[in-house]
Amino acid sequence: MGRERLFNAVILLALLAVPLMAWQMDEPFVITLATKVAILALAGVGLNIALGLGGLVSLGHAAFFGIGGYAMGILASHAQNYEPLFNWPFVFEGSNQMPLIWLVAVLASATAALVIGALSLRTSGVYFIMITLAFGQMLYYFAISWSAYGGEDGLSIWVRNEMPGLNTLVPIQFFSVAFGLLCLTLWISSRLAQSAFGLALSAARQSEDRVQTVGLAPFKLRLMAFVISGAITGLAGALFADLNRFVSPTMLSWHTSGEIMIFVILGGVGRLYGPLVGAAVYILLEHLLGGISEYWQIFLGLLLLGMVLFARGGLIGALLGREVAHD
Amino acid sequence: MTDLVLQVHNLCKSFGALKASNDVSLDLRPGEIHALIGPNGAGKSTLIKQISGGLQPDTGRIEVLGQDVTALDTVARARMGLGRTFQISSLAMEFSVLQNAVLGALGARRARGGRLGLFHNVMKDADLLASAQEALSRVGLEQAAQQRTADLSHGQRRQLEVAVALTLKPRLFLMDEPMAGLGASGSKDLTTFLDSLRQEAPILLVEHDMDAVFALADRISVLVYGSVIATGTADEIRNNPEVRRAYLGEEELT
Repeated sequence: MGRERLFNAVILLALLAVPLMAWQMDEPFVITLATKVAILALAGVGLNIALGLGGLVSLGHAAFFGIGGYAMGILASHAQNYEPLFNWPFVFEGSNQMPLIWLVAVLASATAALVIGALSLRTSGVYFIMITLAFGQMLYYFAISWSAYGGEDGLSIWVRNEMPGLNTLVPIQFFSVAFGLLCLTLWISSRLAQSAFGLALSAARQSEDRVQTVGLAPFKLRLMAFVISGAITGLAGALFADLNRFVSPTMLSWHTSGEIMIFVILGGVGRLYGPLVGAAVYILLEHLLGGISEYWQIFLGLLLLGMVLFARGGLIGALLGREVAHD
Repeated sequence: MTDLVLQVHNLCKSFGALKASNDVSLDLRPGEIHALIGPNGAGKSTLIKQISGGLQPDTGRIEVLGQDVTALDTVARARMGLGRTFQISSLAMEFSVLQNAVLGALGARRARGGRLGLFHNVMKDADLLASAQEALSRVGLEQAAQQRTADLSHGQRRQLEVAVALTLKPRLFLMDEPMAGLGASGSKDLTTFLDSLRQEAPILLVEHDMDAVFALADRISVLVYGSVIATGTADEIRNNPEVRRAYLGEEELT
């Protein structure tokens, strides 16, 4: 169906083909770049549920990204030091198993999103932006002062965590993990957008009165969206920290929130594959222009300015036009 | 016990020095159309907002189906069976016409205790579609179902407002100027339709189209400067000297 679906398939195949070719040609750095694109896209897919579907301009998604990262860092560092994370009700020495780390990252970031969302969704517009930003910065400064886990210097782990059946130290295998999770969340996100919940959430973005008048509560819809959104971004955070084998307060900073938002805006707000296109373009620019000038973000700024002025639908909107009402 | 569908008791609402609702009382009986008329700025919209739950009155009480709803919000009142249409269209403009109607059907499902699905394609839900399509065909919008709502004419948006309210299968309707901008034939069609609708659920109708009001209303209340100055049948209102002076002016009423 439709050009957008074809376009999406091409983009996804390209993301798969590039690292496979790099693997054949023995270019691990390119594989790592593709892995980074997949993980950052995953973070954007999370934000896009709040921003695109729900119209919630959250400038605090770094909080969830960072919580996912620290979930990885804390569990893995304990597993490597053999120092129990806690002794009661049972002795738990952390974990270097990715599935468990992901579960903790998702639960922790979902819980944070529930609390932050419950407080900030009582506001709207610019106040919502500011309050989510404030929560993000709160966690950022907390992480800086949390010396048990590296404080300002961050926390390194020596070896990448393990995934049953795979050797995650091999770049292409770790890529396949990130790619698989990206596909899974893209699928979840597309189902969500087409669901009754998605319809109601999207309606709440367009007309709050309308949704209330048919007897649906916008606050609950948005809170649900915010929690799902935060959980996915948290999962991306755990993967990102695993990619770098390092987590630091930078992951929690508002600069990170802005970057995740740039992926979404660049690709196309509310478009299923917007975050993937945005993250890919961002990483490409970073490495093509970054080689020419360390001020490459000037070009990113120009691109973003151009998008906002002339192509509000992002790159996908510019290429494919307005989204057709889904059937 | 009472069988009145809606009762408004001594409602007061002020904005600073302006008394938008000044001790307003009115009610709605089963099977009737009760029209609320008044000049611009008389406080009709403020009153409608208080009844629907969008605005809290300063004092006074509102009962729906015998239950005090004054402290309830819009969502709770909608779930109790209050179906509202807006003066200024509040439809989801990016949606197709059908999607807007499905949203209403979804609200009705939720009010019956159903859940919103997270995974199933809502536009393939046979029950919701049937309910939405039925409502669209009742207002004559079945041909426009796949159109984008933003592309509808003003009159069609009014029809869709009514259709969405229909999907809720409400116990009473609150309609804020459904005829506005409809044109002669459109407003005649809607008049015929509302006439038949009163058997399903009574209607509190705010309307400027006097032909429609006099054709439809079992009772008319006249609101001037926030106060109800008269309530009665069409004839009583036509012949009420105070109403003539305050609102209808010297205009000849036939």
